[in-house]
Amino acid sequence: MNTIDMQIDGDGVALLTIDVPDRPMNVMTPEFLADLATAVERVTTDDAIRGAVIASGKDAFMAGADLHELVVTFAERDPQALLAACRGLQATLRRMETGGKPFAAAINGTALGGGLEVCLACHYRVAADREGLVLGQPEVQVGLIPGGGGTQRLPRLIGIEPALRLITEGRHVKPAEARHLGFIDAVVPAAEAVEAARQWVLANPEATQPWDRKGFKVPGGAGLMHPGVVQTLVVGSALVQKQTHHNYPAPITVLSAVYEGTVLPIDRALEIEAKYFVSLLMDPVSRNMMRTLFVNKNAADKLVRRPKGPEKRKVGKLGVLGAGMMGAGIAYVSARAGMQVVLLDVSTAKAEAGKDYSRKLLAKAVERGKTSSDDAGSVLDRIRTTSAYEDLAGCDLVIEAVFEERKIKADVTAKAEAQLAERAVFASNTSTLPITGLAEASSRPEQFIGIHFFSPVDKMPLVEIIVGERTGEVAIAQALDYVQQLKKTPIVVNDSRGFYTSRVFSVFSREGIRMLAEGVNPALIENVAKQAGMPVGPLAVTDEVSLELSWHITQQTMADLGDAYVASPADDVVRLFVEDLGRKGRKAGAGFYDYPEGQEKRLWPGLAEHYPHAAVQPEPTEVRKRLLYSQALETVRCLEEGVVTHPADADIGSVFGWGFPPYTGGTLSFIETVGLPAFVAEADRLAEAYGERFAVPDSLRRMAAEGRTFYGGRAAAA
Amino acid sequence: MTDAYIFDHVRTPRGRGKPDGALHAVTPVELATQVLRALRERNDLDTGRLDDVVFGCVSPVGEQGSCIPRTAVLNADYAQSVPGKQLNRFCASGLEAVNTAAAQVMSGQSDLTIGGGVECMSRVPMGSDSGAMHADPAVAWKTYFVPQGISADLIASLHGFSREDVDRYAVESQRRAARAWENGWFAGSVVPVKDRLGDVLLARDEHPRPETTLEALAGLKPSFAAIGEQAGFDAVALQRYPQVERFEHVHTPGNSSGIVDGAAAVLIGSREAGKALGLTPRARIRGFASIGTEPTIMLTGPAPSAEKVLARCGMSADDIDLFELNEAFASVVLLYRQKLDIDPEKLNVNGGAIAMGHPLGATGAMILGTVLDELERRDLATALVNLCVGGGMGTATIIERV
Repeated sequence: MNTIDMQIDGDGVALLTIDVPDRPMNVMTPEFLADLATAVERVTTDDAIRGAVIASGKDAFMAGADLHELVVTFAERDPQALLAACRGLQATLRRMETGGKPFAAAINGTALGGGLEVCLACHYRVAADREGLVLGQPEVQVGLIPGGGGTQRLPRLIGIEPALRLITEGRHVKPAEARHLGFIDAVVPAAEAVEAARQWVLANPEATQPWDRKGFKVPGGAGLMHPGVVQTLVVGSALVQKQTHHNYPAPITVLSAVYEGTVLPIDRALEIEAKYFVSLLMDPVSRNMMRTLFVNKNAADKLVRRPKGPEKRKVGKLGVLGAGMMGAGIAYVSARAGMQVVLLDVSTAKAEAGKDYSRKLLAKAVERGKTSSDDAGSVLDRIRTTSAYEDLAGCDLVIEAVFEERKIKADVTAKAEAQLAERAVFASNTSTLPITGLAEASSRPEQFIGIHFFSPVDKMPLVEIIVGERTGEVAIAQALDYVQQLKKTPIVVNDSRGFYTSRVFSVFSREGIRMLAEGVNPALIENVAKQAGMPVGPLAVTDEVSLELSWHITQQTMADLGDAYVASPADDVVRLFVEDLGRKGRKAGAGFYDYPEGQEKRLWPGLAEHYPHAAVQPEPTEVRKRLLYSQALETVRCLEEGVVTHPADADIGSVFGWGFPPYTGGTLSFIETVGLPAFVAEADRLAEAYGERFAVPDSLRRMAAEGRTFYGGRAAAA
Repeated sequence: MTDAYIFDHVRTPRGRGKPDGALHAVTPVELATQVLRALRERNDLDTGRLDDVVFGCVSPVGEQGSCIPRTAVLNADYAQSVPGKQLNRFCASGLEAVNTAAAQVMSGQSDLTIGGGVECMSRVPMGSDSGAMHADPAVAWKTYFVPQGISADLIASLHGFSREDVDRYAVESQRRAARAWENGWFAGSVVPVKDRLGDVLLARDEHPRPETTLEALAGLKPSFAAIGEQAGFDAVALQRYPQVERFEHVHTPGNSSGIVDGAAAVLIGSREAGKALGLTPRARIRGFASIGTEPTIMLTGPAPSAEKVLARCGMSADDIDLFELNEAFASVVLLYRQKLDIDPEKLNVNGGAIAMGHPLGATGAMILGTVLDELERRDLATALVNLCVGGGMGTATIIERV
């Protein structure tokens, strides 16, 4: 056995220490599953062994399945093999439960997913009283359910309702709460966990599980003749539909597995669970979520796009030019990450106003007990406000976040560069102006780069790094190292109007506004957008961004592009609202919506006068397709034009940048989910019906014809 | 095909479905027994001639379980040769039982039957039988299940019926029911429920509130706002109907059907069977139909089922003198009136379940009898009886006086 160390002590208690080699965390590799079966068999059959304690040789007890392996199973399409593997683990755990020897789990660190399921199959569970130790079944977060008995043992231990809460939400709990809920038997100091488990084994030579004893009943009842259970299932099903919009199959599958399983004997119940588990692995949603949210996001966090040449270089001192909303946010997150920040604006008073943002957020964090006041104080000490460019001396990186106008940006670029050392990098946080053009104001364009944050900076996880025509590798590496310091997720894109994220996202809001102009019922547009999984509807988001800003950008783009500008009916709508109606967006208190004081916003009733509802309204599925396909097609164009270079960046950017629905795995995974040939055929129909923006790019048509996909068989970001 | 005729019908008064309701101490089988006895006694019926007793019952568990019509047949001292069968088409069960009893006659396989229903909602609460439709998560997910009250509010939200619209309808239901009672228009068919000592427990519907005003109704709290918002049902309904900007919860206990106890029975047979027993045919059952519709909005089945049965009978809505649609919720009736373009003076002319209550398994048989009595009183010919049904169904029957 390579993954489990087995030592038998003088009392005949076997200590099974899980330590999967070459892995930072214990995960369920095929080798581990085989070793576990071997160890269990040995304990069960060896007369010299009285029982066993299962512990971990790593800091955490065990995470669940190896997602790098699971993510490829969707493409392999072999449900029988998956079922056999799942049933294999279940059989090992049943052998452990029913072999007549006591097994106790000494949970020294975090146990999640399959790791917790191993513990649940032990007859006794003792958890270490340790800061940061959590227990949970987070499978739904990657589109799966527990497949090692979690959906069956947990409700049999703690009752259906509390078990459903844990599993459908994928919530983690601390040992004390787990003990209170009833799936941990004891919480002891970390150093005593193994001994406590060992003592229990010695004291309980003939352990059985409650569900293997005669007359066992699920705590709180089970089955559809139990009113409380019915209530739980009815309300649970509705809430899951509300939360998932029918886009994520895993949470409702948890309810089904628990409902169907808890009226059966445990062995039959595990069969139900295994089949549901495999059915989810065969669903593209789990593949999409594992691939984008886990595998590829982790790769991005580890800076898979970083040029190998330049040496790793942390930012010690950061300059932020402009203390407006974005600059204030950048200063805050950077100071929190330990950097010295120089926050510069035209006056110290203005810079101080920007620092107030950090003061406000830190006060809230202290109030909630998330930060000590000492820590908050040192964060604030790290932000130095100024109006003097000389204070930028010694900065490793300077980010400008001044008004979106070339002249102003050129001015601050020159002033800042005058103070910078040769190796320092200058970055623009522009969201609209091409980087190559801005870099013309720089005396060292190879050190000039775009670092595009999203608003609010402290909440949004993505940073879009924009490489201008002359940007060099050192700048790219420095920008990425900086993003890693912030613990945010970077993608790297090439220069283009709107770069990648703003460009594709604007397609979404424009399509929505366009439908409004066509006479589509605005409630239908907004509701369908949310049901498709977008965080907010296209009209609501335009109000949030402000129609005025939207109109400003449109005018600028028109001016820049001249005859090349492709007009959209959406432009007329935005112009009307800003210039004629004076409904400039949420901040102005009126846009596509009304914002009555102290009440929920409502669609402005006047919409129907300006854009009367068409007699025939589109099917919701058609509205949904227009909203999602338009974004996917624009992404393909970005890929074709080299704005994004890797499908994984496109997917990560869409999900973490503007909230393209995670169940799709991102804009390109969405196309793979539909299937390339089917997507192309549908886009052709949409182009015919609604215009050129749905035209299929040649590269996509070719891929579909040749039976290729964006990722091929690969899951990873490479 | 043999024609099926209605010879007689009886119903109990409806008792408030609460522990203080007049019928709460009466078992369901006793209620069913008393309507069967009444039919026998009013018609001097030789029960040995009966081929079947079909009863609707929506929660056939506990004391309503185990085939309650056969139990009642034995308990009522009917001939032991009379079988019984219980069926469930939710709220239309009572009408479906009449239709099924008639169908046995029409097909020539029975000569004389009874259709009817029973529901003691105070003793066997709604939902006591549970079911996959709402409680199996996979089914609820697939069908976008929401409780009926949410569906009724969805109809109002979708079709723009305001709180005042539905309350106004409810006031009218109360007014019409009170007028009918005052004038004795129900007297010919309502049989008082008696206790063991022969004393009358209830002789009149207990649920109506004739004093109801629009102002009083306006003060009631919406019944389904809390579950709609907190349990997520509004969101589920909007997923099916994304054209609705916001959900308006307009239904209250004042404009929805009341929860009551009651039973009803209808004597049906061929002309020949009636002749042999000296029974006079009062109406012919011209046709009936049920239909399935979208289950989330659930309660829009009446109009399509009406159109289906009208087409089957070669008739149009203009050929119908009186319409009787169960007042499950006011919005259901308002939508029906709109869809079939019915003159309000022809629809539910003596009120309905908003005033008098809706004993689920019995209501269909009750309202069929009520409208037959009214056809006779007004000397009109045809009536269409209709109910909306859980799970997205509708059931309709056309009767014609002879």
